[in-house]
Amino acid sequence: MKRPNSKIPELALSLPTMGWLVVLFIIPTIVILLIAFRTGDPYGGIGDQWTVENFSELANPVYRGIMVRTVVLSVLTTAICLVLGVPAGYCLARAEKKKRDFLLLLIIVPFWINFLIRIFAWKVVLHPEGIVKNFLLLIGIVNDQTLLLYRPGTVLLVMVYSYIPFAVLPIYAAAEKFDFSLLDAAHDLGANWYRAFYRVFLPGIRQGILTAILVVFIPALGSYVIPDIVGGPGGEMIGNKIAQKTFIDRHLPHASVLSSLLVLAVMIPMTASLFMKRRKTVGRGIIPG
Amino acid sequence: MGDFLVFEGISKSFGELKVLDNVSLSIEKGTIFSILGPSGCGKTTLLRICAGFEYPDRGRVILDGKDITSDRPNRRRVNTVFQNYSLFPHMTVRENISFGLQMAGFDRSRISGEVDRYLELIQMSDQADKKATKLSGGQMQRVAIARALINKPQVLLLDEPLAALDLKLRQRMLVELDWIHDEVGITFLYVTHDQGEAMSISDHIAVMNKGRIEQQGTPVQVYEAPTNSFVAAFIGDTNFFETEITSIEDSYCRMNIKDFADGVIVYNDKNFPQGSRVYLSIRPEKFVISHAEPESHRKRNMVRGVVEEIIYMGTHTVFWVRVGDYRIQVRQSHDRFLLDEKIIEHGNTVCISWHADNCYILDRYDERDESLLTLPDDDVTVAPENIISAGK
Ligand SMILES: Nc1ncnc2c1ncn2[C@@H]1O[C@H](COP(=O)(O)OP(=O)(O)O)[C@@H](O)[C@H]1O
Ligand SMILES: [Mg+2]
Repeated sequence: MKRPNSKIPELALSLPTMGWLVVLFIIPTIVILLIAFRTGDPYGGIGDQWTVENFSELANPVYRGIMVRTVVLSVLTTAICLVLGVPAGYCLARAEKKKRDFLLLLIIVPFWINFLIRIFAWKVVLHPEGIVKNFLLLIGIVNDQTLLLYRPGTVLLVMVYSYIPFAVLPIYAAAEKFDFSLLDAAHDLGANWYRAFYRVFLPGIRQGILTAILVVFIPALGSYVIPDIVGGPGGEMIGNKIAQKTFIDRHLPHASVLSSLLVLAVMIPMTASLFMKRRKTVGRGIIPG
Repeated sequence: MGDFLVFEGISKSFGELKVLDNVSLSIEKGTIFSILGPSGCGKTTLLRICAGFEYPDRGRVILDGKDITSDRPNRRRVNTVFQNYSLFPHMTVRENISFGLQMAGFDRSRISGEVDRYLELIQMSDQADKKATKLSGGQMQRVAIARALINKPQVLLLDEPLAALDLKLRQRMLVELDWIHDEVGITFLYVTHDQGEAMSISDHIAVMNKGRIEQQGTPVQVYEAPTNSFVAAFIGDTNFFETEITSIEDSYCRMNIKDFADGVIVYNDKNFPQGSRVYLSIRPEKFVISHAEPESHRKRNMVRGVVEEIIYMGTHTVFWVRVGDYRIQVRQSHDRFLLDEKIIEHGNTVCISWHADNCYILDRYDERDESLLTLPDDDVTVAPENIISAGK
């Protein structure tokens, strides 16, 4: 057998990935962008004229609130997932093997149940006659009128629930490779627990955290099933509007305009993180803080 | 005197495994104190107890008169150079070295000045902005030392600091470490499994085995007067003889060794009584080997044997001489080697002799320690670095 030729240019090796990206990501995105500039037709299809008219749809004040809510909920989801995910990853990585495998299993197990069913389960749990409501009533935190469902907070709760495994796993993977004797070294040099964590552990699992941010924030922005089921009108996100434009209003160009907005919202943090990485590698010679 | 850092009856177990068993040590201020022992004997655990990463089940650690046994690591004026250096990989050399001072809350300009001084001390001023991961082994080692020393600890703990370096670099770093020690005057607690390292750098050595201190003393003491078979075999090389004391003559005693025709006379500093069955340790270089019978002397022992193997090593020659069941290792350095007509050859019958003061009766003997000895069948010769330059 011949050994693979190391002279194969990098480009050739990355071709399959590139092809995948182009066919399944870049082309659809461009198509959506193009549709955003077409007129609609009365049957829900795409018209045959170019127009910028569709973008006036964005002037509708309804979107401003929804867009703000979408971004705020996604940022909060990501933040909460990190705040819970980093200690979880730390504990997992430090746990002994048997316990760790069991805990990892616990994280994976919910995936064996259909996503939709899990979301509906929340609806049952938080139902006005449900167990949580009754308990909270009992201890007097809420009154009879309080709704646990159909509020932005509910959407946030269920989003955190749904996305947290995606945050924990990459953080755990990074923490598992982390050399914990570095924390001993930090303590040895006078760092208390908090400073060792902040100055040594967090930078050590930086890559895991960045991955966690991407895999939580991006899907969170595009959420539509969760707000649809537990959000109600007060918890709507941009994904719901896109679905509404597509399936109910049957106006694809308008849906495309909203989608473009979403793509933009995803691209901004991604380019920002790329840019930050670039600046880091350019080199620094000064002691930070 | 001698009690700047004190370990008092330290015991520590991990589950069923007893790692440290009643370890007591007392370390003098400003010295280099080595803990020497085979890997797995509990050296790192003892250091970790001193640094505060582990707490002993029993016993106390006292530093400069204060009991620090249960202090947090960051509260102790002790710093560690870790076995694998543990430099912070995301930081530069400068950031690594300044970490301790930052934690102590010094202001920037003060830190920067200090760091410059220590960069100079380790001769790495030109590498200050390199990432820690981009350094060579020797450089990492130096950064780890500077990072610890800059905090002006009362004791610097070094856990096998040279183990990861190649031989040449190890020898250079050893000299450098000694130099740094003279420069800063801080007490060093140095852990190693390498006897050559321990011998050459230490003022004081504690030899450790299976969680216990076997013997402590100056390098000369532990080499020249080992008290038990482990120390005798672990440091340098030796020959063991099973004997019985037949008579006492002042501070000397006469003993029988099986297969030795005449009794031998040995310095009996520990006053073993007549009739004791004891083991004797004689280092290979203490013998004199010759064709002719040496002049007899009241305190000189002599035995005849047959040369079975000769290994020429440049600085000396190792002879394996058969006397009955014993195969005795003899090391002889050369004097007018090529001019000497009577070169000893394979199969010759020779006389080996030694002085009564040049052998030691062991307090304790364990057959298992024989595995530490070089045997004639190991064709690997005794490496030259095992030749000990006792003391500093
Ligand atoms: N945290 C720990 N848990 C369990 N066993 C340990 C732990 N640390 C060390 N040991 C065991 O204790 C013994 C001594 O270890 P160590 O102090 O590292 O020896 P050395 O540094 O002399 O090689 C070894 O058998 C090791 O496996
Ligand atoms: Mg060790």
